[in-house]
Amino acid sequence: MNIDYSQEVPTVAGRLTPAQIEELVAKPMETKPNKKYFIALSISVSLLLIGATFLAFSLYYGTGLWGNNQPVGWAFPIVNFVFWVGIGHAGTLISAILFLLRQKWRTGIARFAEAMTIFAVMCAGIFPIIHTGRPWLAGYLTPYPNQHSLWVNFTSPLVWDVFAVSTYFTVSFVFWYVGLIPDFATLRDRTASKLKKTIYSVFSLGWRHSNRHWTHYEKSYILLAGFATPLVLSVHTIVSFDFAVSIIPGWHTTIFPPYFVAGAIFSGFAMVVTVLVFVRKIFDLQHIITLDHLEKMNKVILLTGMMVGYAYAMEFFIAWYSGVQAEQFVFINRAFGPYAWAYWIMVSCNVIFPQFFWFKKIRRSIPIMMVIVILVNVGMWFERFVIVVTSLSRDFLPSSWAYYKPTIVDFGILLGSFGLFFTLVILFTKSLPVVSISEVKASADGAQPTHHGGADHE
Amino acid sequence: MNSDKKIFGIAATFKTPDEIINAAKKVTSSGFVEFDVNTPYPVHGMDKAMKIKPSKLGFVTLVTGLSGAAIALLFMYWTMSVDYPLVIGGKPFFALPAFIPVTFELTVLLATVSTVIAMIALFFRLPDNKHPLHDTEYMKSVSADKYGIVIESTDAKFDEAAVTDFLKKLNPIKIEVIYYPEEETYPIFQPKFIMLLVVIAVVVSGGTYLMLNKLMYITPFNWMMEQDKLNPQHSSELFSDGYGMRTPVEGTVAKGFIPYPYMGQTNPTEVLSNPFLPTKENIELGKGKYFTYCSPCHGDFADGDSRLRGQFPNPPTLHSNRGREFSDGMIYHIITNGQNVMPSYASQITREERWAIVNYVRVLQRAKNASDSDLIEMNKETGSNVTK
Repeated sequence: MNIDYSQEVPTVAGRLTPAQIEELVAKPMETKPNKKYFIALSISVSLLLIGATFLAFSLYYGTGLWGNNQPVGWAFPIVNFVFWVGIGHAGTLISAILFLLRQKWRTGIARFAEAMTIFAVMCAGIFPIIHTGRPWLAGYLTPYPNQHSLWVNFTSPLVWDVFAVSTYFTVSFVFWYVGLIPDFATLRDRTASKLKKTIYSVFSLGWRHSNRHWTHYEKSYILLAGFATPLVLSVHTIVSFDFAVSIIPGWHTTIFPPYFVAGAIFSGFAMVVTVLVFVRKIFDLQHIITLDHLEKMNKVILLTGMMVGYAYAMEFFIAWYSGVQAEQFVFINRAFGPYAWAYWIMVSCNVIFPQFFWFKKIRRSIPIMMVIVILVNVGMWFERFVIVVTSLSRDFLPSSWAYYKPTIVDFGILLGSFGLFFTLVILFTKSLPVVSISEVKASADGAQPTHHGGADHE
Repeated sequence: MNSDKKIFGIAATFKTPDEIINAAKKVTSSGFVEFDVNTPYPVHGMDKAMKIKPSKLGFVTLVTGLSGAAIALLFMYWTMSVDYPLVIGGKPFFALPAFIPVTFELTVLLATVSTVIAMIALFFRLPDNKHPLHDTEYMKSVSADKYGIVIESTDAKFDEAAVTDFLKKLNPIKIEVIYYPEEETYPIFQPKFIMLLVVIAVVVSGGTYLMLNKLMYITPFNWMMEQDKLNPQHSSELFSDGYGMRTPVEGTVAKGFIPYPYMGQTNPTEVLSNPFLPTKENIELGKGKYFTYCSPCHGDFADGDSRLRGQFPNPPTLHSNRGREFSDGMIYHIITNGQNVMPSYASQITREERWAIVNYVRVLQRAKNASDSDLIEMNKETGSNVTK
């Protein structure tokens, strides 16, 4: 197969034929992993093992190993939870919202972003469960008939969260799998290995690429996208309710739902760019995941970054405008109090650095882009840290104020969640098509009938 | 060609999407019904060319989505307002705004999951890995980058030679006759795959067993059962007397108990007055307590006719002049303190209940010694007409 790599291809798949697309996407699954792959995998697995070790210590000795204490009881676990759930939002945005908006460029990156959604929600799910201290009793979170004849409190945002995150995970997974069915069928018909064929046959469910099926399939895709769109907005809205429904100053604000959703898309896109930059290089997918894709994502980052910046400003304005003393104190304390360092890291990473994306050259320069998106990831983690920790550490009662310090175990578990995320991503790149084969084929040049072609053909 | 084989259909493969649209139009206009088009991705305009009606999948979504909303709302109504109502944050038992998030999530969950299940199982009739089209050259080419059409032998107009000729006229790159498989093969029943399933089953069931029946009972998961705390009625090394339980400080008053300062005195009637009005509820309470604690000795109507058949000395009737002249405080004092062989009931009957009994005794006394004016009054109140 000869593909000309010397030229950057302007649109999705460019001049590639369907066979070439398939060849490119299927290649990682049909070749033995190389040394680089194992190096990457060993680094991420090492991180995962570090996290697992610290988590095992926490389970054995209890959550006293963490920095959580009065008054900052939520601390790292909730910061990490919100951070990871936010990362997940980009995937659903790309796969559902951009689908409904008929943004064709999404086809190249949708599969990968959806996979990242699923992995990010997995990482997120760990934190509230270990934060309970007895994660093996997590079943209590579901309403089931029990010997106490008690039910969960359906008026509590924490229960809404359980429903929102588990629904989000299930729906994302189903959406992802529906997209994978035709690709499994294609892989089934490509492979020569008997075992692989059996596995692909099972997962493809015997898909025949029949047009009588495609009709329903496309309908289902619209329906799923239609549901996933409000769902993704609802998830971070409900996550923000965890804070906004309480009466802690700095949390009790109505701007939280849109502010959280914008922040989630912001951080999610930053993470997608971070990972895709590597993936397209390692697996020679520059023709399918083009520089145009990255540029478009950088534009989304610029936009959502400014929305987040607007929310920061508006919080201050409302604190002043409301005339509530406690609220005013919290915001002055955020910017100039003991956690001012975290606040200014957040502001510079989320509001100031993304402004460089106004320049086209920077939007299209991979090294500078990498630096900025990683800073955005850092900034968005600090945003959650600022929200959770500054509000709790100094609330209504000055006598109970305290300065929260995380311990090494907190950092170890956070590192482990990154290890889990990247391990799953790396395994995914080698075992499943990272780009939707059928969707990219459908949007390639010459893939659709010319509409007068049928008549000319006679 | 082996004539024993049963034909599933005849397939033609084309190179471009324009050609397949054209072929589909021709096949449809020639009156074939049992045919299918296989393309590696959905080709626009194919539904029109094949005359396929719009998908009805949306109805499944509508029905299941609405059921999801209804189930969520009814379930939350039942748990929070009927089965175990709890006042939380001053909200009403049926706090509709607070139920919206869960209702929305369950709507989405049920709608999407059942749409996908219905699509795969009912609309596609999948999984179906033994369909005749599988493992054919035709399937392999349409799975990759070719566009195919297959006219099935179940069609009324099907005739092998005629259909082959018909398809040849459409200029396909290849024509393939597809047979039903001679013997059905199930790749799922490969020994390797079966072994994989067995291993998964063993690991999952074994893991579940160990988790629920073993893991929960080893350190640290059992730390909730072994706690550094004092249990009632247990010994303790912390205190010099070895008892885990402590006696309260002298003069401690338990919640709900008012100390009675006239214990052992004979007649403190001057200072005790009945704090409860003889309301209907109060008298009902007194009646219940009287039957429980007093009637075994004093009799159902305070006549002193004990049910104990001499096992305990019979008390005198309460309808004597002396009994009727007792002040409320005196009767209360006798219940609290006891009198002669009658023990104190202070530990069995609460303060309020004792006063209620006093009121009930007064009711019995008046009923047993009613005057004519009482009868007139009763007739007036109840609207009855009882005469002497």
